[in-house]
Amino acid sequence: MVARTIESHPVTTSEHVVQVRQAVRQRAVELGFSLVDQTKIVTAASELARNTLTHGGGGQATIEVVVDGVRRGLRLGFEDDGPGIADVEKAMKDGFSTAGGLGLGLSGAKRLSNEFSISSAPGLGTRIFITRWK
Amino acid sequence: MERIPILKMGGCLLVSIQVDMHDRLAMQLQDDLTARIAATGARGVLIDISALEMVDSFIGRMLGNIAAMSRVLDATTVVVGMQPAVAITLVELGMSLPGVRTALNIEQGMALLDASISAADGEDSDGRPDD
Repeated sequence: MVARTIESHPVTTSEHVVQVRQAVRQRAVELGFSLVDQTKIVTAASELARNTLTHGGGGQATIEVVVDGVRRGLRLGFEDDGPGIADVEKAMKDGFSTAGGLGLGLSGAKRLSNEFSISSAPGLGTRIFITRWK
Repeated sequence: MERIPILKMGGCLLVSIQVDMHDRLAMQLQDDLTARIAATGARGVLIDISALEMVDSFIGRMLGNIAAMSRVLDATTVVVGMQPAVAITLVELGMSLPGVRTALNIEQGMALLDASISAADGEDSDGRPDD
């Protein structure tokens, strides 16, 4: 898998969350994603960027165009140096929330992606990468 | 501070969300709408989301909250114009907007509100004709 383009966006305000999803939309359009696939990756980006902001205390989002043979896709990263997640398995469950939300952020973003990886530990922040192929 | 405009038409409040809302703007709309329902005694709220290219869990929750709060204030909320791609994504995300009434477009949404308000008035036995 080869990464072609990398852009980075700060995620420290709720306006930044909007900017991240607009940047993801633009890349998805450039790659020729269908409207439904655009909407899925943008929605996943919105959930994860909000998590970076509200749970991670802010961080950054990266957008990469990735190529694997003839496949092209978007790989998004969300990284923060916040408190981290003590029980990742529990946090991935539908309905689990520590912020009074619906608890659909992580689990929903995973369902909207083709690939999903998370690394997090208390005190070490959280790194989440998702990929959606065209 | 930027705000989403709320229009009053007859006994209904109309909102058309035309911008990509950040979370504080969504919360502001929720607060403004609830206040306007109480101030005007509106019986119906129509929210047009046809320009929204994405509804995530936060905006979905806001729509659910508005529907619930308006119900408590004796008003019916109808969300209209959701794009098909948004509907597909929202369900896959895990949200089906329980408790939120929807219609395909503004016209059908207004018809739904009229019917809902007439039905509620009929039950009130307030002497007004139930048409």
